[in-house]
Amino acid sequence: MDFELLARYGPRLIDGVLVTLSIVGLSVVIGAVLSAPLTVMRLSPNRIVNGIAYSYTTFFRGTPLLAQTFLVYYGAGQFRGFFESIGLWWFFRDAFNCIVLTFALNTAAYQAEILRGAVQSVARGQWEAASALGVTRAVAAWKVILPQALIVALRPYGNEIILMMKGSAIASVVTVYDLMGVTRLAYSRSFNFEVYLWAAVLYLAMVEALRRIWGALERRLTRHLRPA
Amino acid sequence: MEALFAQLSFGPDGWGDELAAGAWMTVRLAVVTLPFGLVLGFLIALAKVGDRRWLNWLGEIYTTVFRGLPELLTLFIIYYGGQILLQKAVALVAPDAEVGVSSFVAGMIALGMVFAAYASEAFVSAIRAIGKGQFEAGDALGMRRATTWIVVVLPQLFRLALPAIGNLWLVLLKETSLVSVIALNDLLRTTNIIVGATKQPFFFFLVALLIYLVLSIVSSYGLSRLEARFGRGYGLAR
Repeated sequence: MDFELLARYGPRLIDGVLVTLSIVGLSVVIGAVLSAPLTVMRLSPNRIVNGIAYSYTTFFRGTPLLAQTFLVYYGAGQFRGFFESIGLWWFFRDAFNCIVLTFALNTAAYQAEILRGAVQSVARGQWEAASALGVTRAVAAWKVILPQALIVALRPYGNEIILMMKGSAIASVVTVYDLMGVTRLAYSRSFNFEVYLWAAVLYLAMVEALRRIWGALERRLTRHLRPA
Repeated sequence: MEALFAQLSFGPDGWGDELAAGAWMTVRLAVVTLPFGLVLGFLIALAKVGDRRWLNWLGEIYTTVFRGLPELLTLFIIYYGGQILLQKAVALVAPDAEVGVSSFVAGMIALGMVFAAYASEAFVSAIRAIGKGQFEAGDALGMRRATTWIVVVLPQLFRLALPAIGNLWLVLLKETSLVSVIALNDLLRTTNIIVGATKQPFFFFLVALLIYLVLSIVSSYGLSRLEARFGRGYGLAR
């Protein structure tokens, strides 16, 4: 262990952890919001509406996140004049914003598929029972179907957040100083391989912490399903 | 618009041949990584289901670590760490020699190790699903353990693990793009170079994404055919 190196770069690595966590937190929440209309569209019997959502999810799930990031980050630069004229250039100028935007669009596609699968796993009888009781479809979806679907979706959601946490290392490629970015900077200055191993420990700790939190959440939310 | 598409032509005026070469490199890396990842994943699965406690434990640690680390970090650790180790090993023999790890090999090892971590989980659940009875039946017929594995268990294993392995293949295909960061001229890095020359990032990155999309769609079609083929006799064909 090189303590001098740790003293110099330790605080920066912690800053990097905070940046990583905020990228993941922001994009997962924004992605969850975006995934709601996508799911509704995917469940629609209208073929055009369904087709649009299907194309969206296929595109974002079938291509690498790194390439999507380049498209948004470098692609936005090409339309600088346009973004300046509509007053949005301040947003795309910052690599952090581009990363959050790309990740949110990406995770929305995955989350929509998770949510769609979960909604479809709820028995049809639940819809029918709700309509037999004179409950409107919107209320049935919100009060009857969604609570049951979200329990099914809980585990895949947890996996998706872990995948985002790992995927967020890509931010370092477009100059964002997340944990990976700080690590690369520290390595390029010190040429000490140890920094990569610290980063590995920090990533493992983050993923493990999330897994524990998710496990506790799952136990709490499914306590009514366990035999007493 | 037409001028844009003209840039995709093959030959000295267009970038079509460069893109094709990049895509070919991406496919080659994925195809070479697959058998390495499958074999390693299978060995780790054997370690996890075997009787030896310390091997079980080792397999679990491997899986936890390589499923928890970002692929990009694993890649850097293999690339730079491999370089340092190799340098030290070579320095014992020839102190002045300069050696480097090829980014292709580093990519193959790193992506293969990550692939193996996930694949081992798929194999473990397939082995559990096959059940002890098949091994016992093999014993009862006087087959050797190796023969039982090859003749009885493996064919069933492939059918059971195929859907999960198929998904991992699709993930692998996308993750090869990370190797562009350590300067392998795959599809994404080639596109980066083209963008540097043409100053048209949006168009060329979109083209690169569409090529990845085609690779994914072709793969999933092939996988569904493969699943139908392995599932014949189980009411799953077609």
